[in-house]
Amino acid sequence: MSSSTSPSDAALASGAKDAPAPGTPGRSSGLSINVRQSGIYIAFALIVLLFTILTDGALLQPQNISNIIVQNSYILILSIGMILIIIAGHIDLSVGSVVAVTGAIAAVLMVNYGVPWPLALLITLIAGALIGAWQGYWIAYFGIPAFIVTLAGMLLFRALTLTVLGNQGIGPFPDAVRTLSNGFTDGYLGNIGLGPLGGADLFSLLIGIVAVAGMAIAQWRSRAARLGYRQSVDSIPVFLLKVVVAAAVILFVVVQLARFKNLPWVLVLLAALVLGYSLVTNRAVFGRRIYAIGGNLQAALLSGIKVKSVIFWIFVNMGVLSAIAGIIFAGRLNQAGPTAGNSFELDAIAAAFIGGAAVQGGVGKVVGAVTGGLIMGVINNGMSLIGSPSERVMLVKGIVLLAAVAFDVWTKRRAASASR
Amino acid sequence: MTDDILRMRGITKTFPGVKALQDVNLSVRRGEIHAICGENGAGKSTLMKVLSGVYPHGSYEGEISFDGEPCHFSDIRDSEHRGIVIIHQELALAPQLSIAENIFLGNEQASRGLIDWNRTNAEAAALLDRVGLRENPVTTISDIGVGKQQLVEIAKALSKKVRLLILDEPTAALNDEDSEHLLDLLRGLRDEGITCVIISHKLNEVMAIADSITILRDGHTIQTLDMATGEVTEDRIIAGMVGRALENRFPPHEPQIGEEALRIEDWTVYSPTQRGRAVVSGVNMTLRKGEIVGLAGLMGAGRTELAMSVFGRTYGTNISGRLFKEGQPIEARTVREAIRNGIAYATEDRKRYGLNLIEDIKRNVSAAALSKLARRGWVNDNEEYRVADEYRGSMNIKAPSVSSVTGKLSGGNQQKVVLAKWIFTDADVLILDEPTRGIDVGAKYEIYTIINRLADSGKAILVISSELPELLGLCDRIYALSAGRITGEVQRGDATQERIMQYMTKGLD
Repeated sequence: MSSSTSPSDAALASGAKDAPAPGTPGRSSGLSINVRQSGIYIAFALIVLLFTILTDGALLQPQNISNIIVQNSYILILSIGMILIIIAGHIDLSVGSVVAVTGAIAAVLMVNYGVPWPLALLITLIAGALIGAWQGYWIAYFGIPAFIVTLAGMLLFRALTLTVLGNQGIGPFPDAVRTLSNGFTDGYLGNIGLGPLGGADLFSLLIGIVAVAGMAIAQWRSRAARLGYRQSVDSIPVFLLKVVVAAAVILFVVVQLARFKNLPWVLVLLAALVLGYSLVTNRAVFGRRIYAIGGNLQAALLSGIKVKSVIFWIFVNMGVLSAIAGIIFAGRLNQAGPTAGNSFELDAIAAAFIGGAAVQGGVGKVVGAVTGGLIMGVINNGMSLIGSPSERVMLVKGIVLLAAVAFDVWTKRRAASASR
Repeated sequence: MTDDILRMRGITKTFPGVKALQDVNLSVRRGEIHAICGENGAGKSTLMKVLSGVYPHGSYEGEISFDGEPCHFSDIRDSEHRGIVIIHQELALAPQLSIAENIFLGNEQASRGLIDWNRTNAEAAALLDRVGLRENPVTTISDIGVGKQQLVEIAKALSKKVRLLILDEPTAALNDEDSEHLLDLLRGLRDEGITCVIISHKLNEVMAIADSITILRDGHTIQTLDMATGEVTEDRIIAGMVGRALENRFPPHEPQIGEEALRIEDWTVYSPTQRGRAVVSGVNMTLRKGEIVGLAGLMGAGRTELAMSVFGRTYGTNISGRLFKEGQPIEARTVREAIRNGIAYATEDRKRYGLNLIEDIKRNVSAAALSKLARRGWVNDNEEYRVADEYRGSMNIKAPSVSSVTGKLSGGNQQKVVLAKWIFTDADVLILDEPTRGIDVGAKYEIYTIINRLADSGKAILVISSELPELLGLCDRIYALSAGRITGEVQRGDATQERIMQYMTKGLD
């Protein structure tokens, strides 16, 4: 009786349900993805604008831009490692202590034992990798939650720092290491006049122009390749607008830096790391595995992904990046101290979440995390320029973190209810 | 004229893409035991969730009246206040708490905000006495067996002054003795005036205990049988459960069956949670190229467990047996090894185990064979797009582009993505677990067409399905699994639903 009507009924029902599918959810999903992905950059631009106004332009003065980059470099480096861990659905609370212990190891090697600095840095990076491997083993292969392992690591490696340092600061560092953390590229090609802007370093400007040209060519080639595969791409005006805006931002920063003291070495290092890790997360098989694991662990296991090995290696990676941050931090202070890196893990985690990582994993971008770190850096810097007390800075940072994650949760819930 | 305690009229419940219930009617007389029978997916559990307020008033159409008064339950607490208590198949007990704590969970015996432990334990003891469970109320739940846990659930229901007790597959996990005890208890409760609704696959049990039976099929009420007439037989119930006409719901298919692709010999799997319980025992099976083989079995027969244990030992412990691929012995101890040996398994629960719902179509399609798209560890994402777009075209995946997030697709389109993912691994043997679960009729037809095409290209296919008509319409040969054993093998020409159902229930008590 009913079997004769039910297929047509169902077909009708499904037809009615499918009809809006290409239109409405497609469009709304495009919009919500855009808001979720680009919201962070818009927020960053607004925050920069706000503090530029509040500080009468002091925020964007050449020396201040340089300061923001140098002062936040180690947090930004940590946030790159942290975003990978958070995408995979884990967390690392130990990075502050690892920064301290690797800085201490570098200091003891160079200052107490007179090891040449390149060898000392290499040993420090290996030590960072071993620390990461230690934690990765317990998390990936032994199956203890990362929260616990790295909480223990936070204590263990702080204890190790105090032991290595004998409870006192060790310094000073060799000049080469201090230059890496604190110094600037030489003016190899001399200065050039920029009219009303005054003199600027030609070498830095050339680097900036090369970077912009490289970016534009890479974007163009990627667009051409996608067109070759008949994929949809941005229309020429939108494409040009994006490239021009990105180029303008890069050139503005480079010109300001060139007017001050050339490019900070840490900026060069940071740019290389961001570029490299963006490539790994977007294009490498290894990077894709991280997203697959964080997105649906069970599906990843049933797809034959070596989940344990991937988790192990992202913690090794975090250890190495912590060691880099440890060297830079110690080099900047010109000594390794027992309290180095205190609460860095919280800043790095906050940067990742402000930068659009999802609490349950599977989502996040390296550039997003770095932008998240810069947002906090600009808030710090801007508020100290206008003389805000530190408790107010903390207050604002806390609210920004909460708002960023609330926004993420809200857009997801809205998307979920829209698809119902 | 009759004294009905419960009347459900014209219940219709729709999920995205499927009508789970359509104009269902159910009348339960006061003080009877009323059984609800139907195949998996017929809508039994959905109906009970509507009744108990798990699906709140307003999310379905139709009317419910209990004791003559209309019901508008907004959640399960509302229905419990009226004395309707549901006990789910998966028991809802907190394993680390005591029996007494579980009985009064959410209904704590407190005075002035403090729990009165003496009263809690004394009343728990009285309830345990009523259900015939001789255990100390302070015993931890995890220390008693499943049968006793079931009794604790009933004691919990009694503590809520239950008037209509709903049991979903109460004996599925019980042994004979515990089942018998439970059925006796239900008879006792009936004599005390408590009405029972019981969902069960075990027809002999239904025959033994029920006063009337309502049969559901495909979300429709088929009929209500009164046991007092004495004319009801198991065959009659089976006929009601399965008896629908097979129309053009299946694309025509001429199989070209080739050589043996996969042979499973003497395959035995033990449960990872219940020590010493064999979930699959001594299974022998052969899959041939170009052949679509069905695997029939009731819930808990071990179908998924068998499939997953073959697929890289993703289920079970102490797995023994041999696998042969095209006559050669192979090992598939990990998922990677299984995939390398050309075995694919598309899960029955695509949302939990099959897809990364926050990623787009192309990244899901490539997930199990990403290395095919990569050189020296770098993915060619244009190639990935092209491959996924080809599948989108050939499988008619309805989405704006392969960059659409899979979480927003309909069930049928999600299933196509899962199939594409496994086809892309170049598997020769595809195990498809409930490939059309939760999919509407039109999309089912498309999935069947894809399965036929795969068989025509020389793949060996094993389809696990709870829907017998689907197996009959699709498969060239069907194995029946009951309690972990192969109890029958039927060729397409000889297959009838009644025959397979008999094999499927063989060895069950």
